[in-house]
Amino acid sequence: MASMRDIKRRKSSIQSTQQITKAMKLVSTVKLQRSKQHAIDSRDYFSYMYRTVQSMLAKAGTINHPFVNPSGTGKKAVIMITGNRGLAGGYNSNVIKLITRGELRKEDLIVYTLGRKGREAMSRYGYELADDYSDMIDAPEYVDAMRLCAVLLNSFRSGEISEIYLAYTRFKNTVVHEPVLMKLLPVEAQENETAEETTKQEVSVPMNFEPREEEALEMIIPKYITSLIYGGMVESVASENGARMQAMDSATSNAAEMIDKLTLQYNRVRQGSITQELTEIIAGAEAIS
Amino acid sequence: MADESRNFALRIITPDRTFFKGEASMVEFNTTEGQIGVYKDHIPMTVIIKPGVLKITSQEGVKKAALHSGFVEILQDSITILAEVIEWPEEIDEKRAEAAKERAEKLIREHNPQTDMVRAEAALQRAIARINVIH
Repeated sequence: MASMRDIKRRKSSIQSTQQITKAMKLVSTVKLQRSKQHAIDSRDYFSYMYRTVQSMLAKAGTINHPFVNPSGTGKKAVIMITGNRGLAGGYNSNVIKLITRGELRKEDLIVYTLGRKGREAMSRYGYELADDYSDMIDAPEYVDAMRLCAVLLNSFRSGEISEIYLAYTRFKNTVVHEPVLMKLLPVEAQENETAEETTKQEVSVPMNFEPREEEALEMIIPKYITSLIYGGMVESVASENGARMQAMDSATSNAAEMIDKLTLQYNRVRQGSITQELTEIIAGAEAIS
Repeated sequence: MADESRNFALRIITPDRTFFKGEASMVEFNTTEGQIGVYKDHIPMTVIIKPGVLKITSQEGVKKAALHSGFVEILQDSITILAEVIEWPEEIDEKRAEAAKERAEKLIREHNPQTDMVRAEAALQRAIARINVIH
């Protein structure tokens, strides 16, 4: 059995770890509140954006535009949103797995990373990396998404890339976060889940466009992609904080459990040593008399 | 203006917030096809925004805002503006707008082949929209 001193040392080290995990939990709880609100506030915009683009695509038969009909045979770009920090449970690795174990072939891909953790993992796996945009994820701003979108569309127009995907973590609620891989370009009609609440509403309205569909599409699609990237960023940040809060919560309660166990063990060893001492003294006294 | 039946539902949404939500009888803004004003029962239409002044006319009077980019979905009884960038007059820094205007004008005057004319033009339009909203 371990000595009293060993157990005591172990206990105090776990206690200080517990203090850290507790503090991290509190911090991420506060951050979660903020980022969750942010994610909710921005949802309206995306569902409207999505609906409008879908209603435009409903007429896609007549529209002939590279955004809709792919022509190039370039690489496939993936925008990958992870965290800059670890200790968030499966948050980072879920997104990484989505790409490494997905259907996309490694040779075809070029990865645009937001978040250092994802970047490190992707370079370890030997994926081709584009520029790093990890700073954006600390405090997502709409202009950041616009900038990234402009970069991507430039490569798209020049034919370097022919498809654009977005890998992020969808924030369903505080405890459920779902890694999602979504195709951004070329745009396909009715392809992802955000359609759920939007399809029911008045898709049938005949919509006029001014300027004509092709030109309108040319201007709206970049906004659409920007909004999806921004939405991905905001939701991912909320998910990251949620995942970290959960991970730290369970770490804290695991630590509490271990401390309880060690306290019990410590008391037992102490009791044992007292009993032993007593036995020795009595035995000694008896020997003298 | 007092006639309630002439009102439609107006929503202005930005990526970060719902900027405006309420009833209005007329809304005016600048589009790629020129300045337009929209009443109730307009034919369904989607138009693209160009930087300009947004004017909302409702019972409470006229409200102005600087609307820079986005698009508008017009339905018969509702109008939704998806604005990437929009500001109330209180949120605009006049000095900054003036400075931006001068900078853009200078760029355009010099007509340097290296400068991106389209961007300079857009910057100028934005600055003018901001200044117009304040005055």
